Amino acid sequence: MFSHLVLGLRSAGLPASITEYLTLMGAMRAGVAEYSVEDFYYLARATLVKDERHLDKFDRVFGACFKGLELPEGVKVQDLPEEWLRKLAEKMLTPEEMAKIQALGGFEALMKRLQELLDEQKSRHQGGSKWIGTAGTSPFGAYGANPEGVRIGQDKSRNRTAVKVWDKREYRDLDDTVELGTRGMKLALRRLRRFARQGAATELDLPDTILATAKNAGSLDLKMVPERHNTVKVLMLFDIGGSMDDHVKLTEELFSAVRSEFKHLEYYYFHNCPYERVWKNNRRRHEEVIPTWQVLRTYGPDYKLIIVGDGAMSPYEITMAGGSVEHWNEEAGSLWIERLKGHYRRAAWLNPTPKQSWGHVRSITMLNDLMEGRMFPLTVNGIDEMTRELSR
Amino acid sequence: MAGFKSTERYIASRDLEVAVNAAVTLQRPLLVKGEPGTGKTVLAHEVAEALGMPLIEWHIKSTTKAQQGLYEYDAVSRLRDGQLGDERVRDIGNYIVRGKLWDAFAADRQVVVLIDEIDKADIEFPNDLLLELDRMRFFVYETRENVVAKTRPVVIITSNNEKELPDAFLRRCFFHYIRFPDRETMEKIVQSHYPDIRKDLAREALNVFFQIREVPGLKKKPATSELLDWLKLLMVEDLPPDALRSNEKQVVIPPLHGALLKNEQDVHLFERLAFLARRGT
Repeated sequence: MFSHLVLGLRSAGLPASITEYLTLMGAMRAGVAEYSVEDFYYLARATLVKDERHLDKFDRVFGACFKGLELPEGVKVQDLPEEWLRKLAEKMLTPEEMAKIQALGGFEALMKRLQELLDEQKSRHQGGSKWIGTAGTSPFGAYGANPEGVRIGQDKSRNRTAVKVWDKREYRDLDDTVELGTRGMKLALRRLRRFARQGAATELDLPDTILATAKNAGSLDLKMVPERHNTVKVLMLFDIGGSMDDHVKLTEELFSAVRSEFKHLEYYYFHNCPYERVWKNNRRRHEEVIPTWQVLRTYGPDYKLIIVGDGAMSPYEITMAGGSVEHWNEEAGSLWIERLKGHYRRAAWLNPTPKQSWGHVRSITMLNDLMEGRMFPLTVNGIDEMTRELSR
Repeated sequence: MAGFKSTERYIASRDLEVAVNAAVTLQRPLLVKGEPGTGKTVLAHEVAEALGMPLIEWHIKSTTKAQQGLYEYDAVSRLRDGQLGDERVRDIGNYIVRGKLWDAFAADRQVVVLIDEIDKADIEFPNDLLLELDRMRFFVYETRENVVAKTRPVVIITSNNEKELPDAFLRRCFFHYIRFPDRETMEKIVQSHYPDIRKDLAREALNVFFQIREVPGLKKKPATSELLDWLKLLMVEDLPPDALRSNEKQVVIPPLHGALLKNEQDVHLFERLAFLARRGT
């Protein structure tokens, strides 16, 4: 019955399955949603969506599938609390205006006109429960019943139409292609965790103790193991200054996320393209430079390398010796990238610019080729992909 | 059908009501996610209350294993008893310690089971519970005993999203994401918790609260539970509403901000904003 909804969801990339569809049908049969479209929407959402990142997509698909299936909501004027209108008018209108209303035939006539207008609107627009005050010909505008005031048919809590609920698209910022924040990043980075037992043996190893005791013919033989720790090691190189200024906030967020996530984290800065020197303190970048060779020597190949930069530069900065905009580099940037890549088997490049635009910038394409396609956008999704690649 | 509805103490939106009722009717677990402090855990208490069932809480830690929810075999006790020559040692059943799910399955009437913060546990944890939550039965290997639920309990699972849950697990659940309440709902929530709070104080406090949430760059935005704590403090201290009022543009650090801002960097950020605002005027 609602299979087109499920198919629509699947083609939009939501992992809805037959099991869930059957659950939905079961719930419908059990009368959970009864006969309200809004309840059906909530029920379908609770059944078919299992991750808040997909809620927005669901809203969109739901809206598309059930377009035109809105409630016959149009509100009869009789339903309007007349007193409420009267009160409102008394509050908003000056005595002269009140007199004008009387001249038009009083409230009763006005109400009749309102009903006509509503009917007219119902046939023209769907729902017919929009703002009435905005209709240019309506006497309501003329008599100043507050242009933002009389909202007919949509008492906020009671009569909210079903369409409204999903059309609001409240979950938009939970969509994982746009949402960014340290928390999202931390979660994505968490995949890099590698647990291993290291250090002093402090925990009782129960299975081994039992085994050893059994071998010992029943006299107790305690076995200990070291505690599990996250042992992943990460080396990060941040592009800083120049075109990266546009991405400061994003990079800061990433930085704070990795800082709290990894115990073994080392970071250095570079400008545009990594060359023979990097630095740790950007304010004193010219005094305290560290040779890249030293970095390579200090941090072994068991580190995972993440380079963060927008990669927007002149192609010469990558390919030519002396191409750097800041200093004279003896060796080309591409050579240094090859070296880094050769040393660190697990390396990736995070790019804060949107992926769609990469093809338009020559240097990004070159870097991506140099990284053998391991360039990822700096979004939660991109970090997720990167961690998958790095922990492979 | 006696369903779950907003109570005087717990304001549930309509979508939450539908999700809870669907889970109860179809006897499937309900997975609840949402910002920390939006009432995920409290929900289970309220559902138990509304349905008139006892609540069994199982709080998950990073070291919790799925097996612990079913039963544990206390090998160390048995070993000790064996070495001391205790008679109990002959019956292995003496060393089987029941877990929370066993308790729930063995209960004579339907109960509500809360599995709190499932994402804290190991990544395999939900997978290990798949069959048990689906069929509501499990096998005790040591005693060759089959434990089958007398009545299927209502299972409510909360998650803070620290780990992704496996698809197979999700497929068996209903899902609800508790959205951060808008101002109107928040007023209701405040009203339901502190019915005798002064109107003007509540209004000013909410103003400040939503203002703080708007501040860009906060590490931890204050949520409902923080607001309620803060209001309680304000009421205890009996502060006048004027103390909260800030002049148009001026940002002031709210009194007793310790209840709202839980991070020294956030407090620092606020102090800086306040300083800038003062200098600007």
